[in-house]
Amino acid sequence: MKAAVIVFPGTWSDADTVWALGKSGISADKIWHRTDDLTGYDLVVLPGGFSYGDYLRCGSIARFSPVMKAVRAHAEGGGLLVGICNGFQILCEAGILPGVLMRNSSLQFRCQDTYLSAENFDSAFTSGLDENRTYKIPMSHGEGRYVVSSTDLERLEQNGQVAFRYANQSGEVSEDTNPNGSVGNIAGVFNNEKNVLGMMPHPERACEMLLGSDDGNRIWESILS
Amino acid sequence: MEHLEILLSQVAMSKDEYGRLVTMLGREPTEVELGMTGALWSEHCGYKHSKPLFHHFPTTGPHVLTEAGAENAGAIDIGNGWVVVFKIESHNHPSALEPYEGAATGVGGILRDIFAMGMRPVALLNSLRFGPLTEAHNRSLLRGVVSGIGGYGNCVGVPTVGGEIQTHTSYSGNPLVNAMCVGVGLKTNLLSAVAEGDGNPIVLVGADTGRDGIHGATFASVELDEDSASRRPAVQVGHPFLEKLLMEACVGLAEDHSDWIVGLQDLGAAGLTSSAVEAADRGNSGIDIDVTLVPRRAENMSAYEVMLSESQERMLVIPHRKYLDEVIDYFKSWEINATEIGKVTSNRQVTIREEDVVVASMPVEIMTNPPMYTNDSKIDPIVEALALEDLSLEPDIDSSTTNKILFDLLESENLSSRRWVYQQYDHQVLNNTVVRPGGDAAVLRIKELKQGLAVSTDCNGRAVYLNPQVGAALAVAEAARNVIATGARPVAVTDCLNFGNPEKSEVAYQLEKSIIGLSDAARVFDTPVISGNASLYNETPDGQIMPTPTIGMLGVISDVESRLTISPEIGNHIFLLGGLLEQSASTLAASEFQWIRTGRIAGGLSIDLKLARETGDLVLLMHDKGLLSAAHDVGDGGIAVALIEMSFASGYGFRSKTLDLGDRLDAALFGEAPSRFLVATDKPDLVTSLASDHSIPIVELGQVESGNNFGFGPISVDLDLAYERWNVGLKRVIEQGFSDEGDGEF
Repeated sequence: MKAAVIVFPGTWSDADTVWALGKSGISADKIWHRTDDLTGYDLVVLPGGFSYGDYLRCGSIARFSPVMKAVRAHAEGGGLLVGICNGFQILCEAGILPGVLMRNSSLQFRCQDTYLSAENFDSAFTSGLDENRTYKIPMSHGEGRYVVSSTDLERLEQNGQVAFRYANQSGEVSEDTNPNGSVGNIAGVFNNEKNVLGMMPHPERACEMLLGSDDGNRIWESILS
Repeated sequence: MEHLEILLSQVAMSKDEYGRLVTMLGREPTEVELGMTGALWSEHCGYKHSKPLFHHFPTTGPHVLTEAGAENAGAIDIGNGWVVVFKIESHNHPSALEPYEGAATGVGGILRDIFAMGMRPVALLNSLRFGPLTEAHNRSLLRGVVSGIGGYGNCVGVPTVGGEIQTHTSYSGNPLVNAMCVGVGLKTNLLSAVAEGDGNPIVLVGADTGRDGIHGATFASVELDEDSASRRPAVQVGHPFLEKLLMEACVGLAEDHSDWIVGLQDLGAAGLTSSAVEAADRGNSGIDIDVTLVPRRAENMSAYEVMLSESQERMLVIPHRKYLDEVIDYFKSWEINATEIGKVTSNRQVTIREEDVVVASMPVEIMTNPPMYTNDSKIDPIVEALALEDLSLEPDIDSSTTNKILFDLLESENLSSRRWVYQQYDHQVLNNTVVRPGGDAAVLRIKELKQGLAVSTDCNGRAVYLNPQVGAALAVAEAARNVIATGARPVAVTDCLNFGNPEKSEVAYQLEKSIIGLSDAARVFDTPVISGNASLYNETPDGQIMPTPTIGMLGVISDVESRLTISPEIGNHIFLLGGLLEQSASTLAASEFQWIRTGRIAGGLSIDLKLARETGDLVLLMHDKGLLSAAHDVGDGGIAVALIEMSFASGYGFRSKTLDLGDRLDAALFGEAPSRFLVATDKPDLVTSLASDHSIPIVELGQVESGNNFGFGPISVDLDLAYERWNVGLKRVIEQGFSDEGDGEF
């Protein structure tokens, strides 16, 4: 398993992602956004950060980067693709995933732990996860309120495209456990084929107990199995 | 002559100082020379009122790698080839006018100080002071400052891991925004901000130069008044995305191509002027700059404006001549502009030209040698009387009121949970944050090392007001206790001296005595003062601020896996170490208890520095022996507050032993006698005998137990209820009237 971690100008979770993948035994290369070739990589990760400063709208400029053609081709060829935080925003802006990420309902940036309930186990990312527990993974964003039209939401739910929801530690999903106002407490979604995952919380930060949790590793281990 | 007066007032230079300049030059300066010299002679750049006192500071030690004040930040060798650099700096005046951008560019500036040394910034902290949050204007400033810190720090991807916020009426209209940054890297990558080597190019990197921030250094060196709002153009606007690129490029340059460059320097206050002249001064060189080569973002800028612009996100690189092309191409690969604007000379002369026309030509030494002032220093008789008040004459509290007093303290502006603030800061990026905000100190790991870093900021301005010498020593001691409570040995200090107008004798007294007290304590803790900043003239028409010498403390933990938090385990015995429960009423001087209940600051402060050091050493010894499961500094709010904070962190209740509280209940529960820790252990006998072996006072307070009751002496409260009051205290006061107040506007 070989991973490409894409670095846009302003990306800052690239080093953390390479570190976390390494902890799970996946070797990863940082790839500058001017590259247009991703052949040879099994997994492509668009990590968190503020690509282009998020000055216009999160992810709206990065989607025009040269590497995005190759990212799209990688996904269309069935390759595994994960967008985390800003990476999720970029995938939505690029139309690779449905929906948009709006300003948090609190109107504030929020950095805190979240407990995620996995909702579907048919993907490479989640096949090894357990429906009887939650995953402690931190979030850190100002614009993570997932919004999608009601028709699209219905389709997402029917197709099992909701990957994660914000829950409490014991798995109950409610308004109280929703940190940013996302529709249906949605924290992460798949594309229709489930080879693309986008999520706002940062699994690469939950990679060691020393830092408070290693639950994020379960996603990478799931891919490996 | 009228023109000269306007020019002098713009650069805040007195007529006497102008006369001195003319004498040194042997002629009248040109306008550009006057502007440059005025900026470098301002308090902000030249430290003309504070530097004469700096000789008090202990600045050396076996691990100190930098000469105090010689580089952009201080550097400490932590062994195994690794270096930590850190510094704290103020951005008070800009934040008073434009809180978002003022705070944001404060963060940007301190980051550049760190990566100018070739080190990677790994943590940011912020020490903030505001007027009472019951006033809408102060709330608005706080919201703007917090947004600005988050807006910049979150975007550049450096975690904001700690800091503090205190409020007091004296900060109304003159908030304090002190930003601290910590960087790490290999010793071999440590760079100097030096310009040397005749003919080496001077390369300006990063943002284009505009008219923003002209006279910013001057503005920071005068009092705020009714007309200050018109100075808003002196506040710069931050561009954190460009800073992120600059940071990556500069850290990469130090790591991979340090052989290409002679020096790396940031542009901060007084822009190109201070950056280039100070770099030349370090290198015993001169500079020759052609301002027409400086990329601009505004048309028709004069040489004066180019040299004094404080446009942000710019760096100066001095490469070896033969690597000029490589350096320019390297920055281009990061999508950053880099332009040769001049060269280093061997003649010790500052030469500024517009193509062939020389607009400034004077010796470096004149610019870098501002006049030094020793001001008359005299204690304010009102303060002198306050410090002599005998607090034992005040009636004690009744045991039936202790629950309510505890709740009042817990929900107060100064003691309630700071979560509302730090949850808006990314405190985890870079995957190094082992102990997050909310404890005594933040703890960071360094991935390549077993060691960890503990960092904290501290200062109780009320205590410094009441007794500057003891108050400043208390700040150092408390910052040391903060890092010790995580298991870290304090190793070095950075300070940010926030004071009023030093030309007033009572402020000169505060400044002098604070520096002496700070230095005394730093000597006792073996923590040299390796970097810092002075921010004077913090005054509004209503008066001067509480003297606030903010201390930033760095500690090193030998094994980061063994770090302590303030959260004990069930069944743990909790001991008070370093002092007894029984205390005199004087320990309430300048305390939160006194402030909340009386709104006054009075009484006699004292600290036994030897006991402070020995108690700290004992906590570290207990930690080394594996005896401790948690530790917490006893600070603001006294033992009752410290103890319940441990319960908040663990979620467990507490059962008190029968305690000897002496004859002052208020002092026993809420007094702030220094040098004390709470330690939690499952080996009470070993802890007790070790303390008595070292002759350190120790008292067992009780045991951590399940359940929701917190009992301590006469206090007995429902833990959930207390937590709720503490948790929402700050949030509630900040968010009142939120809908009808603009964010950071006034």
